[in-house]
Amino acid sequence: MSKITPDVIAAHQLTSAEYEKILSLLGREPTLTELGIFSVMWSEHCSYKSSRVHLRKLPTESKHVLQGPGENAGIIDIGDGVAIAFKIESHNHPSFIEPFQGAATGVGGILRDIFTMGARPIAVLDSIRFGRLDDEKTGARNRRILEGVVAGISHYGNCFGVPTVGGECVFEESYDGNPLVNVFALGVFRHNEIFYGKASGVGNPVIYVGAKTGRDGIHGASMASAEFTEESKQKRPNVQVGDPFMEKLLLEACLEAMKTGAIVGIQDMGAAGLTSSTCEMGSRAGTGVEIDLQYVPQREEGMTPYEMMLSESQERMLLVAERGREDEVFRVFKKWGLDAVTIGRVTDDGILRVKDHGVTFAEIPNRALADEAPVYKRPFTTPLRTAPLDGPEVHSSDLKGDLKALLASGDLCSKRWIWEQYDHQVRTNTLAGPGAADAAVLRIKETGTSIAMSLDGNGRYCALDPREGTKLIVAECCRNLSTVGALPIATTNNLNFGNPERPEIMAQIVESIEGLAEACKYFEVPVTGGNVSLYNETLGSPILPTPVVGIVGTLKTAVPVGMAFRRAGSSVILLGGLGGCEPREFGGTQYAKVVCQSLWGVPPKLDMEYEKRVQTAVRDLVSSGVVESAHDVGEGGLAVALAECSFGPSQVGAAIDLDSDLPHELLLFHEGPSRILLSTAMPERVLETAKKNGVPAVEIGVTLEWRMTIRNRNEILIDCQVGEFQETWSSALEDLLQNPVLV
Amino acid sequence: MKIGVVVFPGSNCDHDAWYAVSHNLQQQAEFIWHTSHSLGNVDAVIIPGGFSYGDYLRCGAIAKFSPIMGAVKKFAQDGGLVLGICNGFQVLTEVGLLPGALLRNAELKFICRTVPLEVVTTDTPFTHQAKKGQTLNIPVAHGEGCYIADERTLDELEAEDRVVLRYRSHLNGSMRDIAGIISRQRNVMGMMPHPERASDPLVGGTDGLTILASMATADAASSASIKTFQS
Repeated sequence: MSKITPDVIAAHQLTSAEYEKILSLLGREPTLTELGIFSVMWSEHCSYKSSRVHLRKLPTESKHVLQGPGENAGIIDIGDGVAIAFKIESHNHPSFIEPFQGAATGVGGILRDIFTMGARPIAVLDSIRFGRLDDEKTGARNRRILEGVVAGISHYGNCFGVPTVGGECVFEESYDGNPLVNVFALGVFRHNEIFYGKASGVGNPVIYVGAKTGRDGIHGASMASAEFTEESKQKRPNVQVGDPFMEKLLLEACLEAMKTGAIVGIQDMGAAGLTSSTCEMGSRAGTGVEIDLQYVPQREEGMTPYEMMLSESQERMLLVAERGREDEVFRVFKKWGLDAVTIGRVTDDGILRVKDHGVTFAEIPNRALADEAPVYKRPFTTPLRTAPLDGPEVHSSDLKGDLKALLASGDLCSKRWIWEQYDHQVRTNTLAGPGAADAAVLRIKETGTSIAMSLDGNGRYCALDPREGTKLIVAECCRNLSTVGALPIATTNNLNFGNPERPEIMAQIVESIEGLAEACKYFEVPVTGGNVSLYNETLGSPILPTPVVGIVGTLKTAVPVGMAFRRAGSSVILLGGLGGCEPREFGGTQYAKVVCQSLWGVPPKLDMEYEKRVQTAVRDLVSSGVVESAHDVGEGGLAVALAECSFGPSQVGAAIDLDSDLPHELLLFHEGPSRILLSTAMPERVLETAKKNGVPAVEIGVTLEWRMTIRNRNEILIDCQVGEFQETWSSALEDLLQNPVLV
Repeated sequence: MKIGVVVFPGSNCDHDAWYAVSHNLQQQAEFIWHTSHSLGNVDAVIIPGGFSYGDYLRCGAIAKFSPIMGAVKKFAQDGGLVLGICNGFQVLTEVGLLPGALLRNAELKFICRTVPLEVVTTDTPFTHQAKKGQTLNIPVAHGEGCYIADERTLDELEAEDRVVLRYRSHLNGSMRDIAGIISRQRNVMGMMPHPERASDPLVGGTDGLTILASMATADAASSASIKTFQS
């Protein structure tokens, strides 16, 4: 057996203090297999050792929450005996090394988290971020990463048969060497169909099901917990290969096997598959698990226990069945053509015992692995900030040109090129798919309830102020749900940051989590789970702090209200009014990014109490059928929101008359929150509801065919044909990919 | 009418077809497992969309060898109604019930989009409720929907009024913009668009229901056209 030298310990990314802790927990020197097992379970990716103390600040309870953080996914009651399970996961590092498989297995992993709980996945959303597509040096690579990631998501989700119904896609210099791929999945089941990852019942058989184990993905979790260097490119074998067909079979087989009543507990083999599933299931149940690797179905010959325990081969599950009822389980898996083998049993000693042909290779208390990972109170100072407080003078000579530039920019242009590659309709529940409304809306066939979902992030706001930026993201996400008439009920989150060992990065993490906690408490959307992805740095340069928030809500199933103006002659009302904006609050906007090519100041100001009233008002208006369309005024401000409302199938634009003292650039493009653009045939009803909620509502114009004009006090600011701008907006992403003008 | 929905490992629009038939069309629907050698007593069969057997090797290539396809072939030869949707269309070309083949889309990307289709002929059990020349808006969702056949076959399909649906624009490189065709006996139809996704006013509209409703009321129509052909 190899000797454990300081070099071996360092290669496993364990510190000497962590190694000392292992020695004291075991009371002896670990074997190499044991060291490998510890290195994975104690990695940042699996143990949340840097963020755990702060994550405790998040609210996790409400009357809707059936299962909070700590399981494979959070579970929310949506009434009528039906529940939903949902979660978000990142696959940032693998997607940089191998975009197609990295993204594909990201989808596969989160889908397993959902169906391992017994829920059938019905929706996927993705939040993806890339470097600049038009950069002379890195553009070609960034374009290749984007195409690979989209193809990977499409490949996996489409074949598995889950609709990809929404998300976001953003481009920013800081993601040049470190793309972000965060995948959200949601599933539905009845309350009596919920399963947990517990190895209960001493003597019960431990059963391995699904794909065979190979050498792929060894040390993936540790890789995801380190910064990128030039050597990272040689880590390609650390990325797993996905097989969506196998996953589809695994889904159907698992759900069918659960119906037999013979399954006691079940868990996806995620990071370091056999290791995490065995020790976590044992730890949750307070039991031990003993397995013999000779029974594990293997894809290649001569694998060592070390390799088998650390393999991240995809599409595998571990389950514990009731003793004596194994055959009922085996029968189902055989029907679906899948391997299902008893590899061990549940014991009463709390130990994870790994044997191979009867010889013991590892003996570790489950709790030591799953619950006694080191927890760090890492030092933090003030958040890293490079942007100045004051920016350039904003003075435009061509507002129409500015609007066109914004609509053609990567962040704001149509993402049709991406979402048409995703099957967003399979399972025929999609009431509002990509591009239709501010949130995706899916009906639950079994009840009269629909689910609304939105994923949001904003690295620029968070770079200026991680706390306020994160609050703004939560507010926007809830606002997106409210514009389709849904009541927000629960949150999942993906915290993407740089190296937590740098105090100024750790400060970003702390501020952001505290902002998340404050906003989620205020908007009554408890956090039921999530993911933390740290060390998102390449060659010492960190990404913008990028928390991504996914919030789900419920509404009554009905024809959804979309963002597009539906017919000419309707009143256009800005609920929440024109808002105000100081020059400093303009520095995080898309206008500042695209037109001024700069970042400065502070994020827009948020008043949560006021925001909540705006949301109550819009929910009321949408669900009572008073408005024809509703769209959040978000990135790009009022002018961009108006353009987006005009880009519906019938190209209905609007004639807008404003009355404001704001400089025109700020008036048109500021991103002050708590504003929603509505069209309605019943303006007095809208004004009445707004008044009842103490929210201003300004009738700013009327919809009309094919044309969009914006005036302020009779001065024409913008006057254009809808078609002209729509063409620019629709084709921009394809142009960026195929004929980028390099800068 | 009782409509069977074949389920292969990897079928993923099986439930959607079942739901459209049973809930939107209010007809009987039942799943038929791929290892079955018999279709039971169904009146018509749907081969649904998805990725049968992972679409390994080639779309539909492995489904061709499944026990149930033997039963489907026999059913078709006896004049039974068979509708292949998307992957189902690919399977029907692989087993030889329909001519031609479906290749990767011209742009080499998956396309999920609601597209306008021209109803080219109503002289089929699947379109007799539509109007000739009518536009149906039905979603496509495929990576391999580019229909190809040799010129003679294409001419024959047109001469025999067997091109049933055509894309109103160039979508995926399909020859002569073919979206759906029918067998010479006029009882086996394959189409890339998904009628089951446009069978509910809440989800995708009801243009697809025209196809499914035609099928469910086709007894008279189909036997009439089959007779026409035989005479």
